[in-house]
Amino acid sequence: MVQVEGLGRLLAEHPFFRDMPPDVRGVVVGCCANAHWRPGEFLFQEGGTADHFYLIRQGIVAVEVHAPGRPSVVVENIGEGEILGWSWLVPPYRWTFDARAAEQVRAIAIDGACLRRKIDENHELGFHLYQRFIPVMGRRIAEARLRIVELTTDAAE
Amino acid sequence: MERTAPTTGHPTIPDPVVLDRDGLDALIDALRGDGYTVIGPRLRDGAIVLDPVESADDLPWGWIDEQDGGRYRLMPGDGNAAFAHTVGPQSWKRHLYPPRQTLWTGRRDGRGFTVDTPTDPAPRQAFLGVRACDLAAMAVQDRVFGVTPHDGRSAGQERFTDTGYAARRAAAFIVAVNCGRAGRTCFCDSVGTGPKAAGGYDLALTELPGAELPGRGAPAFLAAAGSAAGAALLARLPGRPAGAEDRAAAEAAVEGARAQMGRAMVSDAGPLLARNLEHPRWAEVAARCLNCANCTMVCPTCFCTTVEDSTDLSGDHVERWRRWDSCFTVDFSYIHGGAIRQSGLSRYRQWMTHKLSSWWEQFGTSGCTGCGRCITWCPVGIDITEEARAIKDSEGRG
Amino acid sequence: MDSALLSPAGAAADFSNKADPMVPRPFRIVRRLREVDGCFTLVLESLDGRPYVFRPGQFNMLYVFGVGEVAISVSGDCRDPNRLVHTVREVGTVTRAMAALRPGDSIGVRGPFGHPWPIEEAYGHDVLFVTGTIGLAPLRPLIMEVLNRREHFGKVVLCYGSRGTHDILYEKQLHQWRGRFDMQVHVTVHSAPSGYRGRVGSVANLVKIARFDPEQTTAYVCRSETMTRPAVQALYERGVTADRIYVTLERNMKCGVGFCGHCQMGGSFMCKDGPVYRYDTIEHVFSVREL
Repeated sequence: MVQVEGLGRLLAEHPFFRDMPPDVRGVVVGCCANAHWRPGEFLFQEGGTADHFYLIRQGIVAVEVHAPGRPSVVVENIGEGEILGWSWLVPPYRWTFDARAAEQVRAIAIDGACLRRKIDENHELGFHLYQRFIPVMGRRIAEARLRIVELTTDAAE
Repeated sequence: MERTAPTTGHPTIPDPVVLDRDGLDALIDALRGDGYTVIGPRLRDGAIVLDPVESADDLPWGWIDEQDGGRYRLMPGDGNAAFAHTVGPQSWKRHLYPPRQTLWTGRRDGRGFTVDTPTDPAPRQAFLGVRACDLAAMAVQDRVFGVTPHDGRSAGQERFTDTGYAARRAAAFIVAVNCGRAGRTCFCDSVGTGPKAAGGYDLALTELPGAELPGRGAPAFLAAAGSAAGAALLARLPGRPAGAEDRAAAEAAVEGARAQMGRAMVSDAGPLLARNLEHPRWAEVAARCLNCANCTMVCPTCFCTTVEDSTDLSGDHVERWRRWDSCFTVDFSYIHGGAIRQSGLSRYRQWMTHKLSSWWEQFGTSGCTGCGRCITWCPVGIDITEEARAIKDSEGRG
Repeated sequence: MDSALLSPAGAAADFSNKADPMVPRPFRIVRRLREVDGCFTLVLESLDGRPYVFRPGQFNMLYVFGVGEVAISVSGDCRDPNRLVHTVREVGTVTRAMAALRPGDSIGVRGPFGHPWPIEEAYGHDVLFVTGTIGLAPLRPLIMEVLNRREHFGKVVLCYGSRGTHDILYEKQLHQWRGRFDMQVHVTVHSAPSGYRGRVGSVANLVKIARFDPEQTTAYVCRSETMTRPAVQALYERGVTADRIYVTLERNMKCGVGFCGHCQMGGSFMCKDGPVYRYDTIEHVFSVREL
């Protein structure tokens, strides 16, 4: 219980969960666990079952695309304080990219499969989670589009 | 438009005199004798153009023009006046800032090159028949090319002077003509530049109305000096002192022109356009505009240019030319990758907002002097005064 | 309006001893450096013996004999008046011809033109540079000068992005700057081989993670017009206000002295008022298209 209390405080202070009603947040805290990866280890791989999402506490995670016959291509870093992974929220609940620790990574792993089951019963929990995940998804899509623009338009001389 | 006090009454400037046709000839002779090429209105190709004149005979005696949106016709007037016509397709910028100028020539020299600039002195040009709107246009271009100071934004940074323009301008002798008749596209009165020349001339002539009427009077011109050079020249001409009735007749002639103004520009067009950059009217006018650039070519203040490099066959000699350009071409706003102003709408908007609005910001004055040439010479008769008024009226309705 | 006419000689008085800004000065190429793909740097020396003095952010019109002229920002040290440095990207006829020139060849220079980056305005502040790809070239004289006057500033932060790990401009210099104790250098790339230890993502993301005091920061942004807005947005999100953000814009600079009209944008001649602008003075440009 000591560990869960510690995680509860962490979540309560994190911008992503801060404004959540405490009882709703309590449900999420119940699905949390600490996790740790050494450099080069995968957090998850493309096609794998997406049953978690991660709140990165330390280190950088590389979001990669596997390229046969050559090194994987890193397309984005997710760093300290950021949220990683939303495939657990959307059928068919499978990862679209690889996520690999670029350095020592410590994170809170949140059991999405558990949350999914609870959302079926508790729509308010679903509302609060969607309310927080959709802006993250929106920002990443907008940023990805802007990066396409950046790559295709000429830069300032 | 900037106004200055009338220059008559200056201690060194004598009272006006009245010249007859011989006096006008004497004026042209005296200028030619002083080494000036006299450039004035003459009939050519069905229009009144600004070409060298050798005597008063070359002037378009008895001809007047009929102008309207997209329309220009010459016809005999009621009398035998020399200056009863209004402005033609050309303006004086052609002679102060020629359509093609050599900027420099270069010669290959081993792995390097040398550059030479033309050293010809500025031509001594005397402009005969400069109307008030075109005098105002010269004052505008004096600001554009860094000859006269101003408080516009472009003065806030490093100041450059176009040496060629400045030299031609300084060498020019200007004989203004106050308008005794206004055309249907004239609107100088509404922008405060005419029909009477307010200054900026060496001599100003007003054609007295006697000559306008058939069978009455001989040509007569009230001549007033506006500068020491003008006064010195006037003293050499055979004229009689002007009486009160001559002055009154001259004033009446100018007031007659003022009453005839065919068009008027709305007041405060600058802020009006600045706050209406996304007005639906731009799309309407763009649908009519052919992007032919005529308005920019005939405008007496439009100053945009481009450069052309030419190389001889050996590749060892190059020339850089500057020639008039127009914001109506797509290439005008080209940056690597494409043009900023792709649509005709944006190009028309650039021209009109520059002329009436951002010109103030840049040079502390409007870029429009009310000459009406852009209306007359627009093939589809787009009328800058009508466009400004349409936007203004829509605000009233709003 | 008649003062010039009343004393015709007066009009010509104050320009006669000024060098004609339309005529190129011959310079000799003393070094040519290969940069990242499609870019090269020329080190030039004046052939007429006169030093070349400029301020960071200003540009020159560079002329290749028999080919033409193009506007290029100065990329060297403004404290070295004997060496003029330009980093050029091959994008058109003139820059391609320029790429073929070798040490010993001549090049024509008109300039410097344009409004420089203001430096004194940032005294007492943290300084943030935001740029990408070859945008670092016009910014380098400013970074050098800020470091020259280091004691006047709080934190000095550079956020730089490139496409990949192979096209990081001035990479050696970035490493040198990163090695200083008094400068943060953040570099990001759009994609990298797995195992790359640097950041992957947008420049805007670097702005999010950089350490500076938003209320006491002056930001200098040198990006394409399209990418300027997201950079400014990221600065806004950190709390930097428009009046503390300087950006550069790009138009068709031709004469450099405000006579040809090509680089107009609203009431501004970019060759004289720009290419550097304080963002709050040109924010409207980003809302009206094709201005």
